[in-house]
Formats: sequence, C-alpha cells, structure tokens
Amino acid sequence: MSTLTERPSLITLLRSRVTLVWIVLIAATALSWMLGTDHGISSDDQSVASVVILLVAFVKIRFIGLWFMELREAPWILRGLFEAYCLIVGTMTIVLFVVI
Amino acid sequence: MTTTIDPASSTTPRRKVPGEEGTWIFIFGDMCVFAVFFAYYLVSRGHSPELFAASQETLNRNFGAVNTVLLLVSSLLVVLAVKAMRVDRRELAQRLIVGAFACGIGFVVVKVFEYHEKIADGHTPSENEFYLLYFVLTGLHLFHLVLGLITLIVLFMLARKPELSRHQWAFFEGGTCFWHMVDLLWIVLFPLIFLVR
Repeated sequence: MSTLTERPSLITLLRSRVTLVWIVLIAATALSWMLGTDHGISSDDQSVASVVILLVAFVKIRFIGLWFMELREAPWILRGLFEAYCLIVGTMTIVLFVVI
Repeated sequence: MTTTIDPASSTTPRRKVPGEEGTWIFIFGDMCVFAVFFAYYLVSRGHSPELFAASQETLNRNFGAVNTVLLLVSSLLVVLAVKAMRVDRRELAQRLIVGAFACGIGFVVVKVFEYHEKIADGHTPSENEFYLLYFVLTGLHLFHLVLGLITLIVLFMLARKPELSRHQWAFFEGGTCFWHMVDLLWIVLFPLIFLVR
C-alpha cells in the first residue's frame, strides 16, 4: 500500500529496466534507419541490410510486447501467442522478402 | 491517506492478463489483419520489383523515422503513466498521458505533411499498386492511431478519478496495451514500406 510519504518521483520511475529496453529500441531504430538510407552500407549489400532491418523490427516488437505490454508477466498462453506471432509473422515476412 | 488503486500491483508473483481478455482478442485480431497486409505487400512487391523500388524512392524516410521515435517516446510515457498510477501519483500519470497524446498528435502532423508532399507531387493511390498499398496501410494505421488518441483521452479522465474500480483499472491497462499495439504495428510498417529494398 502506498502513502503520501512514499511518492516516487518521475526519476525514480525512470530507474527501471523498461527504460533500458526503451534506449535499446531507440538505438535499434537508428541502426535500421542508417541501414535503410545507405549510411555505411554499399548497395550490393542492400538485400542483406534489408533482412537485418526486418529482423530488428520483429525483435523490437517482441520487446514492446514483453516489456511495454507487460506480457512477460502474463499467463503462458497469452505470452505464448504473442511470441508465436513474432516468430511466425517475422519468419513469414523475411522469407517472403527473400524468396519472392 | 491511503489509496488502493491497482488489483494488479499486488506483490504476489501470480501471472495476470494485462487489461481484459476481450481486449486481447481485439489486439491479436488487429495484429493478424496487419500480418496479412504485410504478406500481401511483399507478394505485390515481388510481382513488380522495379515499380516498387522506384516508387519507394519518392518516400521521405526521415518522416518515417521521426514518427517511429515519436511513437516510442509516447509508449515510454504511457508505461511510466501506468507505473505512476500504481504508486498513486495520479497527477504525474495525467501529465505523462498528456505527453503521450502530444506525441501522437505529432505523428498525425508529420503524416499530414507526408501525405501533402506525396499528393502535391502527383502521387495518389490510383497511380500504381505501391502507392495504393502505401496509402491504405499507412492510412489504416493512422486510423488506429486516432482510435488510440481517443483511448488516451479516456485514460486521462480515468487518471483524474480518486479511485478506480477493478473494471476501470482493467480498461486502463487494456487501453495502454492498445496504444502499444499502434506503436508495434508502425515498428513493422516503417521498415517494410520505407526502408527494405
């Protein structure tokens, strides 16, 4: 139970692993943007870069589900459905990109 | 004064569904619809790779990147708002929700600029299949974002209440998950439409 004498500040709330996850998501966004806008990569490697970008995107949405939506603390069936979505849709997307 | 607001904030390690079960049926349903669109986009791209590559070059990737950052910031603010509610910092939660809402409005403004730029250059949904999919997918996402903004207004009003019932708290958590879903869908749409070549 919380009382008026125990009121964490915004800084206190920010001191958590969720903030660390958010920093990783921002860094991953910067990486994808650089790879997708020819910064530091040759055009020959663009297909490889695109696969990396898609892989990073599905890793990012897994982080959002587990940490922001709090699915890491959810019943296994709900978490499992989400993990399955990331795995199946991520694989489908990358395979379709590479094969078609 | 002591305020108990969150049946979910119990220190017991029992696993719990964030929000209500029905919310998750809606969220997974939406995510599956978008998964079909992701596949359809890639199959269409496979049929006309040159057309898609040339059309994609006209997109402003910086707009997409700015919108990704705006949604990630808004998601963090919403996460912090939930934490603030759990420790009875309601006024802080309200400010955080307002911040998330402002980021959402920022997304809409950037999107309006982006659409205006495309249409002014003569790129409309009827031009080719790429632009059709670009407008349909980003437009459908924008519709979800507007629904998310309406949800944030409801969450703000809930955060102003002195106490939340179990049902209201479940709605609060479910509403935040819906907002995260809007973020999540954009995280895939942005690279798919703007970046991968």
